Amino acid sequence: MAEPGKIDPMHQFAIEPLFGTEQLAVGGYNIAFTNSALWMVITVVVLWVFMLGGMKRDLVPGRWQAAVESMTGFIAKLTDDNIGKGGRKYVPYIFSLFMFILFANLLGLLPIGIFGLHPFTFTSHFTVTGVLAILSFSIVLIVGFWKHGLHFFSLFVPQGTPLWLIWLIPIIEFVSFMVRPFSLGLRLFVAMIAGHILLKVLAGFVINASAAGVVPGLGVGIPSFALMVGISALEILVAGIQAYVFALLTSLYIHDAEHLH
Amino acid sequence: MDAEAAKLIGAGLAAIGAGVAALGVGNVFGSFLESALRNPGAADGQQGRLFIGFAAAELLGLLAFVVAMILIFVA
Repeated sequence: MAEPGKIDPMHQFAIEPLFGTEQLAVGGYNIAFTNSALWMVITVVVLWVFMLGGMKRDLVPGRWQAAVESMTGFIAKLTDDNIGKGGRKYVPYIFSLFMFILFANLLGLLPIGIFGLHPFTFTSHFTVTGVLAILSFSIVLIVGFWKHGLHFFSLFVPQGTPLWLIWLIPIIEFVSFMVRPFSLGLRLFVAMIAGHILLKVLAGFVINASAAGVVPGLGVGIPSFALMVGISALEILVAGIQAYVFALLTSLYIHDAEHLH
Repeated sequence: MDAEAAKLIGAGLAAIGAGVAALGVGNVFGSFLESALRNPGAADGQQGRLFIGFAAAELLGLLAFVVAMILIFVA
């Protein structure tokens, strides 16, 4: 019987410098070109190609143009529904955010491991999703204070608050407001990391079971593999839902800044 | 019980939270479907609220996962 291999599901999230840039530094900070950065570049390039291929102005859209138009229309509807008046000027930001996260999630699921390449899901790192969340949160703060000045603080006292609760509600509202960037970034990164760990653990089951002989190979390996196929489909769904939820919550928070409840 | 074993037991207990969040997510979609079948005309307009509820319920399950990961890899 073969020695069971050790399953290391966390190795896929390791950040490694590429192309010999380990020592590259500016002002004491290491700026090595990592696999995370490489996949960000790949995501941007794929997104660019997708958009340039479809940004024609044909009266009767072809397939590609229809695909791009359905995405922009989807986000435009999202902002119309959730921000309402004055929401259209946020479409570029929310569209970029949505497409970037969506493409990153989907590219990270590419089964190119069979060619010996390793896709890296950079949305599975809190540094990345946290920065995206802070970006959204800063827009909320800047727009809120720009438009309403100090009146923006009335966000913490919803209309119709009973007088005897006036000491408690602002505290709760303040905490829930300040938690937003964390929950926004945390949700995306944990959903991505959990799905990828699950897939790696199941893949380890398949490999170890088939290495252990015919009976465990058939009894454990094949059911695990079937489960992997199902979970992969679920992961594609999760990749879409998480990108959508990120865009949706961002537009909701911007609604608060634009209209104060 | 040594500290390592206690950590792993704690991580296992945190998995209960993920299971309870599954109840929450199921409840969100179940209730939505139930009322969407009663009034299909109003269902499409509520899709945003559906996903807000889903995101809130899911977040708490993901927090349980974070607790487990912190216990295993950080603590």
